[in-house]
Amino acid sequence: MVIRKAPDIRYSEVTPKALYVRRREFIQAAAVAAAGAAAALSPVGGGRVHAQGGGVKLPNLRKSQFSTTEKLNSYEDVTGYNNFYEFGTDKDDPKRNANRLVPRPWTIRVEGLVKTPATYDIDSLVKPYALEERIYRLRCVEAWSMVIPWIGFPLADLVKRLEPLPSARFIEFTTLADLKQMPGIRVPVLDWPYVEGLRLDEAMHPLAILAVGLYGEVLPNQNGAPIRLVVPWKYGFKGIKSIVRIRFTDTQPRTSWPVANAREYGFYSNVNPTVDHPRWSQATERRLGEFFRRKTLMFNGYGDQVAQLYAGMDLRRNY
Amino acid sequence: MTRFGLFRWSVLAAALTPAASLVYWTFTGDLTANPVDFITDTTGTTALSLLVFTLTVTPLRRVTSRNELIRLRRMLGLLAFFYACLHMLTWIVLDWFFDVASMAADVTERPYIMMGMATFLLLVPLAATSTTAMIRRLGRRWQPLHRLVYVAAATAVIHFWWVVKADFRQPRLWAVALCVLFGFRVWWVLQAHAPARA
Repeated sequence: MVIRKAPDIRYSEVTPKALYVRRREFIQAAAVAAAGAAAALSPVGGGRVHAQGGGVKLPNLRKSQFSTTEKLNSYEDVTGYNNFYEFGTDKDDPKRNANRLVPRPWTIRVEGLVKTPATYDIDSLVKPYALEERIYRLRCVEAWSMVIPWIGFPLADLVKRLEPLPSARFIEFTTLADLKQMPGIRVPVLDWPYVEGLRLDEAMHPLAILAVGLYGEVLPNQNGAPIRLVVPWKYGFKGIKSIVRIRFTDTQPRTSWPVANAREYGFYSNVNPTVDHPRWSQATERRLGEFFRRKTLMFNGYGDQVAQLYAGMDLRRNY
Repeated sequence: MTRFGLFRWSVLAAALTPAASLVYWTFTGDLTANPVDFITDTTGTTALSLLVFTLTVTPLRRVTSRNELIRLRRMLGLLAFFYACLHMLTWIVLDWFFDVASMAADVTERPYIMMGMATFLLLVPLAATSTTAMIRRLGRRWQPLHRLVYVAAATAVIHFWWVVKADFRQPRLWAVALCVLFGFRVWWVLQAHAPARA
C-alpha cells in the first residue's frame, strides 16, 4: 500500500459551502450551546476520576461545558458491556476478543469530495488537537444507557482541516474489517465493513466528537481503538468504532444497519422516545446500574443543542 | 439406586445449574452490567432448551428402544415450565416492576412478547395436568391436550427469533432442531397409515 505523505495541515478559513448556506442555523446552534453552557458552569464530572486498568493515561485534558454531571457508569461497565459485532455479538465478546486488534500503526484514508485525498497516520491526524473530556449519555437502540467520560476533540475541527469540497453534503466513516484481528466478521451478521455516516451539518455540530480515550486513558480496543465517533444525541450504533476511512459524499451514505434492515433502522437514528423500534418501545430505557427504567429524552436530552438541525423534518419518517 | 435413577438425578442437577448459577452470581456480582437482560436471556434460553429436550425423549426412546427414557419426559417438561415461570417473573418484576399498563401495551403491541405470552399460557394447562392423578382423571383426553406442547415449542422458537437483532444463528439452530423432531412424528404417522405391502 502506498501511503502518501500527508500534506502540511493548517486550519482553513474557508467555510464549506454546505455549512455556509446553513450558517444561520449554525450560529443559532452556537448561541443555544453557549446559553446551555452558561447554565451549566457547575463543576464537571461526578468526582470519579480516571486511573483504572492498565491503560495509558492521556495528559492535560480539558474539561468541557458540554459534559453532564450525571453519575458515571463504572469503567468495568463501559469497557465490559459492548456492541462491537466485529468481535462477536455477545456483550462480553468485544472485551474477550479485542486484544487481537492492533491499534498502532494505524492509518485513515480520507477520500471523496475533499480538497486533498490522502492517507494519514493516526498520530499526525490527532496531534493538532487539545484533548478534552466529554461526559456524555449514551443511549443504545436496545433501550439501555450509560454515562461515559469520553476523551476526544470536536469532529468539526477535523472536517474543517480536511477541507471538504462545496459539493460535499455527507461524511461517511468505515470500520476496519480484518478477519485476522476481528474473529466476528467470519459471521455475516452485517455486511462488512461497518459503515456509518452523518449529514455534514450534523458532523459540524460541536457535540459530535472523535474519541481517542475514555476515563482519562487511551481508548480500550473493545471501545473502538484507536479512534471512534461519538454522537450523543443519536443511538449508540451511529458511533462507529476503529475508523479506517473517511469519505465525503454528495449522496446519503448506505450505512450498515439500514442496509441490514431498513424498516427497523434509519440513517438519522436520532434518539426519539416517540418513535418506537418496530419490535420494542423506545419510550423508556434502563440506565445500567439502576433498577427502574427511566424515561428516554428527545435527542437523548441534547434537544436544546441539536433540535434545530432537524427543523421542518418529519422525524417519524426520517427515523 | 439404579443406574438409570442416578442418570435421572444428574439430568435434574444439570437442568437446575443455570438457576443455581444465577443465584450464585447475584451474590458475587457477576450478573454482567445489565443483570435484567442477562437473567431474562438465561432463563429464556434455558426454558427453550428444556422444552426442545422434552420433545427429544420420545424419538430417542423409539430409536434406542430404551423405554425407561420416558421417565425423563415429565421431569424435563416441568423443568421447562419452571424456567418459563422464572422468565415470566423476570419480565413482570425486574423488567417492568408490576407496571401493568406498560406490560399490557407490550403484550398487545409487540409481536415477540405476544408469542412469549402465548407460549407461557400454553404451558400452564400442561403443567397443571402433569400429575399422575390428573393423567388418570383425564384418561384418553390427556394425550390430545398434551399435543399442545408442539404448538408451545413452535411459538417459543418464533418468540426467540423475533427478539434477535441481527445474529440469527441461535434461533435458527432451535428451529432446525424442532423441524427434525417434528419430522420424526410426521414420519411415524405416515408409516402407521401406510397401506400394508402385499
